[in-house]
Amino acid sequence: MRDALAIALLILAPPALADPAPARQAELEHLVIQDCGSCHGLKLTGGLGRPLTAEALAQAEPEGLALIILDGIPGTAMPPWRPILSEEDALWIATYLKSKEPAK
Amino acid sequence: MNRLLAALLLSCLPLAAAGEDLATGDLGLVIERASGTLLLVDRSDRAAVARIEGLGDLSHASMTYSPDERFAYVFARDGGLSKVDLIQRKVVARTVQAGNSIGGAISDDGKLIAVSNYEPGGVKVFDADTLAIVADIPAAGKTIGLVDVPGRRFAWTVWDTGEVFMGDFSAAEPVITPLGHAGANPFDAVLTDDAHTYLIGLFGEKGVTAFDLWSDTPEPQKFLTDYGKEGEDMPVYKMPHLQGWAFTEGQYALPAVGRHEVLWVNRETNEQVAATPVHGQPVFIIAQPASPYVWVNFATPLNGVVQVIDSRTHAVVATLEPGKAILHMEFAPRGAEVWMSSRDDNKVVIYDTRTRQQVAEIPAEAPSGIFFTARAHQTGL
Repeated sequence: MRDALAIALLILAPPALADPAPARQAELEHLVIQDCGSCHGLKLTGGLGRPLTAEALAQAEPEGLALIILDGIPGTAMPPWRPILSEEDALWIATYLKSKEPAK
Repeated sequence: MNRLLAALLLSCLPLAAAGEDLATGDLGLVIERASGTLLLVDRSDRAAVARIEGLGDLSHASMTYSPDERFAYVFARDGGLSKVDLIQRKVVARTVQAGNSIGGAISDDGKLIAVSNYEPGGVKVFDADTLAIVADIPAAGKTIGLVDVPGRRFAWTVWDTGEVFMGDFSAAEPVITPLGHAGANPFDAVLTDDAHTYLIGLFGEKGVTAFDLWSDTPEPQKFLTDYGKEGEDMPVYKMPHLQGWAFTEGQYALPAVGRHEVLWVNRETNEQVAATPVHGQPVFIIAQPASPYVWVNFATPLNGVVQVIDSRTHAVVATLEPGKAILHMEFAPRGAEVWMSSRDDNKVVIYDTRTRQQVAEIPAEAPSGIFFTARAHQTGL
């Protein structure tokens, strides 16, 4: 019964991208803090780029954020990261940003 | 008798006992950006001698030194301005003067510290002794490229509007003069070592804008407006920094924004004379003192490499791999050594500039900027 429920839930769930492997997640976290941090601040509180704290992104959809990460914002300093990041990576980063505890 | 007494008194002073700690000319500070600390280093000993805490968010931090090389003024991302005493090895004054700041400068007489702010945008000026505020100049956006100009003046530029300003603080009341418009989204600016030309790099359009600060009425002069016409620009994963812009062999060596190139411009005519294809998007291009060479580091993800270019031939003469994520390079003032921060290897590596071989390394926590006290005597730093 349990299994059947789990399968039913799986079928009903929207098609989701797989999370990157744990080692890749660690790399992505490092990239967010260090490289995104170059413009957005190591604590993501903003710099040349806008703040990326969970609070600042509260209204944003993860899928929309992932697109911004992948394609950048033309006419601004936000570059497209598609040459470096996969769609799975970008969505993981978007979700990570939205759930990240404020830095001390 | 008096003399004897004076000599006796002098010998009793604790400072005299710590005499060797009074020399700061071969010291430097390394920003440890993740932990918000500074590593005090001794250039001659190639060693770290102390770690200084309590600096705030140092994700984009820089500093400048007092004329006596005793104090460092550290400008932190979180708006903190800290005064660090290299002899006591601690923060001796600190003010959080804005929400978000980007850099600063010290006046030519060492009396004033100016800080360039993102949020709220503008420039604030402080007394170098006490860090008491002296002037607060708002701007219509994020201020960048703040430099000291002889005569107790500072120049700065506004990212959002492209406006350029000169602030004169030589009298009781500051006089702020708009110099004109640099162009779309200036990302950084630098003053040439002779304080003649204020060069402003543009991100929102191709080109560099120069202002002749020896002129009584400087006019914007735009150049390099059509580099890399053919071919698509590449994404810029880290803004180039201009403070290290190399001036050598009568040329400027400039980073091509969105191109993996170093551009060479004749300093007299502002005409491009050459382009050197390089490993990645240049971040710092720094002249090795007393030599024809410039050293270049690169934006992520190509930041594990440093290249050396000969300014006479414009050819890459060495490609080095000093460590992972090389963020900054600082030369010994006479050029014998270069210190490079390897953020992801948690170390500062020291290279001999003649052999281009590593001679030492110092452990450091995610190091970024390296600042030797000799900067105290350089205009524009």
